[in-house]
Amino acid sequence: MPGHLRPYAAPDHEPTPGRRGAVAKLLAMLCGGLATLPPLVAGGWNFLDPLRRRSAAATFLPVTDVASVPDDGLPRQFAVVAERVDAWTGFAAEPIGAVYLRREKGSDTVEALSATCPHAGCFVEMEPQERCFRCPCHNSRFMLDGGIVAPSPSPRAMDGLECRVGKNGEIAVKWQNFYTGIAEKVARP
Amino acid sequence: MKHERRHGNASTERQPASAGLLGRLDDFLDDRTGYRALLHEALYERVPGGARWRYVWGSTLVFAFMTQVITGLVLWSSYSAGAQTAWESVYYIQHEMAGGWLLRGIHHVMAQAMVVLLALHLLQVVIDGAYRAPREVNFWLGLVLMMLVLGMALTGYLLPWDQKGYWATRVATNLAGLVPLVGPSLQQLVVGGPDYGHHTLTRFFALHAGFLPATLVVMLVVHLSLFRKHGLCAKQPLIRPDAMFWPDQVLKDAVAMLAVMAVVLGVILMPALRAMLEGRPIVPGELGAELGAPADPSQPYAAARPEWYFLFLFQFLKVFEGWGATGEFFGAIVVPGLIMGVMFLMPILGRWQLGHRFNVAFTLGLLAGIGLLTAMATNEDYAAVWADRAAFADVEKLLEETGNDPARIAAHFGGDTSKLAAFEARAKKLDRIRHSQSFLDAVTGAKADAARAVELAGRPERIPPTGALDLVRNDAFSQGPRLFAQHCGSCHAHVDPSSPDAPSVEAKASAANLHGFGTAAWARGLLDPARVGGPAYFGNTAHKEGDMVSFVRGDLADADQWKPAEVEAVIAALAAEAGLPPADVPAAVVAEGRALIADGERCGSCHRYGPEDTEPVDAPNLTGWGTRDWLVGIITDPTHEQFYDGMNDRMPRFGVAQDGGAPPLTRRQIELIADWLRGEWYRGTAHAAARH
Repeated sequence: MPGHLRPYAAPDHEPTPGRRGAVAKLLAMLCGGLATLPPLVAGGWNFLDPLRRRSAAATFLPVTDVASVPDDGLPRQFAVVAERVDAWTGFAAEPIGAVYLRREKGSDTVEALSATCPHAGCFVEMEPQERCFRCPCHNSRFMLDGGIVAPSPSPRAMDGLECRVGKNGEIAVKWQNFYTGIAEKVARP
Repeated sequence: MKHERRHGNASTERQPASAGLLGRLDDFLDDRTGYRALLHEALYERVPGGARWRYVWGSTLVFAFMTQVITGLVLWSSYSAGAQTAWESVYYIQHEMAGGWLLRGIHHVMAQAMVVLLALHLLQVVIDGAYRAPREVNFWLGLVLMMLVLGMALTGYLLPWDQKGYWATRVATNLAGLVPLVGPSLQQLVVGGPDYGHHTLTRFFALHAGFLPATLVVMLVVHLSLFRKHGLCAKQPLIRPDAMFWPDQVLKDAVAMLAVMAVVLGVILMPALRAMLEGRPIVPGELGAELGAPADPSQPYAAARPEWYFLFLFQFLKVFEGWGATGEFFGAIVVPGLIMGVMFLMPILGRWQLGHRFNVAFTLGLLAGIGLLTAMATNEDYAAVWADRAAFADVEKLLEETGNDPARIAAHFGGDTSKLAAFEARAKKLDRIRHSQSFLDAVTGAKADAARAVELAGRPERIPPTGALDLVRNDAFSQGPRLFAQHCGSCHAHVDPSSPDAPSVEAKASAANLHGFGTAAWARGLLDPARVGGPAYFGNTAHKEGDMVSFVRGDLADADQWKPAEVEAVIAALAAEAGLPPADVPAAVVAEGRALIADGERCGSCHRYGPEDTEPVDAPNLTGWGTRDWLVGIITDPTHEQFYDGMNDRMPRFGVAQDGGAPPLTRRQIELIADWLRGEWYRGTAHAAARH
């Protein structure tokens, strides 16, 4: 084939699209689209998987006992310990977060506050000298009972958590997360 | 040789403002970006001689690569490269995440399709002489692209960190270590240190999803722009008028892409179709890409094979068996290097017509050689599937009779050399079948291990932070049979007494058959005068003529001394001690049996039973007989005064350190054996096929 090596000389005129040009275009797009669909569908289907996941149902978790919460009205920080599942890993009991517990003078009632700032989710710190809570991220301040100190970046007071005191003084807190940045306290699913 | 490409200009010129909002938006966009001209440039490539099917391979490769990018990125968003998380995250993708099986399946099968498409593309380019001037550089780029794709296939194989990928990668990286001078350093760099672990995964992942694809994209852009610069190398003679890339060639390309995708989906969904036709339930997690058992450097993996497209190299290395490292260096590096060298020289050789013919013949020969080696490898591995082993029964018999002694075999044929030669040829064939059978058994075992690992990972407690390998290593169902075979099986049988090969297995054993130990059925056999002295119990031990055997044959067989109901009560009591009582036995019977065991005139004359501290005797204490603790105790130290004491036959003290060293088995290993003997292990919903 001596012609094999000859450079190709293109004719000057534009090739005319065949009669079936429109049909060919439609078919080409259809086939190309169908071929690309499976990876897109599989990818999208898998990528959206996290939307199916729900956090474990809110349960009462043991935190400490009444004797460990002095009745001086000052909140104390306690770790919440629980077994935890992270995707495929099951963790034995370990600290999964923290709560503030406080008790008024002479009272047996324990109040529990979530340590998560309702503004943007930072960890709210206790300032014993100033006798208030302060969020290190945007300086939201809260009173010792969790009430808001206006003006505040936070749209609401600190989130109270349901708290039970058992017969022998053991304290259990209903561990829940709430949406941040909104005025209403809405639990996450 | 300057190539010119011409385009009609009419459609690229600024067009008058189109009507309507959309039209005006279109004009705005084109005015700011010139996208119409770009699109025109991309689509209106002249195809000399019209669109043809033979030009589709390049486009299908681009399509395959895009598919890998899409699926790969999504896989990346759930994958975790780490020795305790890689297998686990892939398990999670495959078995628990929505559509994970399909995503992984497409990525896995398309990778294989890509290798096939590469071969077809290369073949078409060589046959059409498309590598010749001025397209030499683009051909070389193509070869580099091919190596990049093969590199991605190789690195991707390891990422699930399963047995298959782990062992294949150890071989591949060890071969890389054979490269002269830089080999060991190269190996250590790729592996991420002297040992395989976290950094092997992070580095392979960086190569697989970073370095290699990034390089590939750059090369691909140059490859495509050079392709556009030189234009399509048309197959001569031109039989039809020229056409445009869009829509004529694009249509053919799109149909080919759809066909490739259909094949990929077909491969993924075929097992589902088969299950449907056979009326079995379809388990999505079992479709698509395989996931073996977690990588375990301490477990042999006889089913290790590279992915099928590297099988030819695996087989090729066998040619150099017996040459040692030199042979491997030659087979894995020199010969493939020479082949790549010839391919790089093709554009030069192709300047002459004879050279072109050589190139075509070389490529076809290479593909044929690869095909042949692949077929040979497959035949070696799967020979047992299609071979009729029964036809070799006489060979097997003779080999066993003569103990495989060449002199005795020769004597058998009495100097008839032709018969001897025929026999030897058949013996060789039989050896190959046996070899293949052991590979097939290893594959079956590997599949069972993989299924078990998946079952354990699905437990409600989930996978511990130490990883799935920890689950497997602490699983009585998987480890029990292994530990038993290694440490107990040389004396004890473990075979279902009702199975047809039980008598032969029991006869070969030198200690009791422990299948079902602790159950009423086992205890009944022990107290059966016909069986207690047989090979399933004390027949092959020093206790063959011992007190127990003579007691069962004498006292127990005498209905005046022992009523059959009393024997049954003792059996029920023993099973109840083990915690495995038959369901239909009333508590009163068990109590009666316990009283008989404790009775100093009955069992209690030799065996201790109950909390009372009685005189030590040379028979095992029956308190808690067959329980986990009891089994752990007797395996740990059978010479303990609670068990056989001085009457112990030959059983080693597995839990006792000897000569200052470590004991033969750890406490945990002994517990696993005990749990396995008692049939205590996690049972999921989809229980793996029993292998013990």
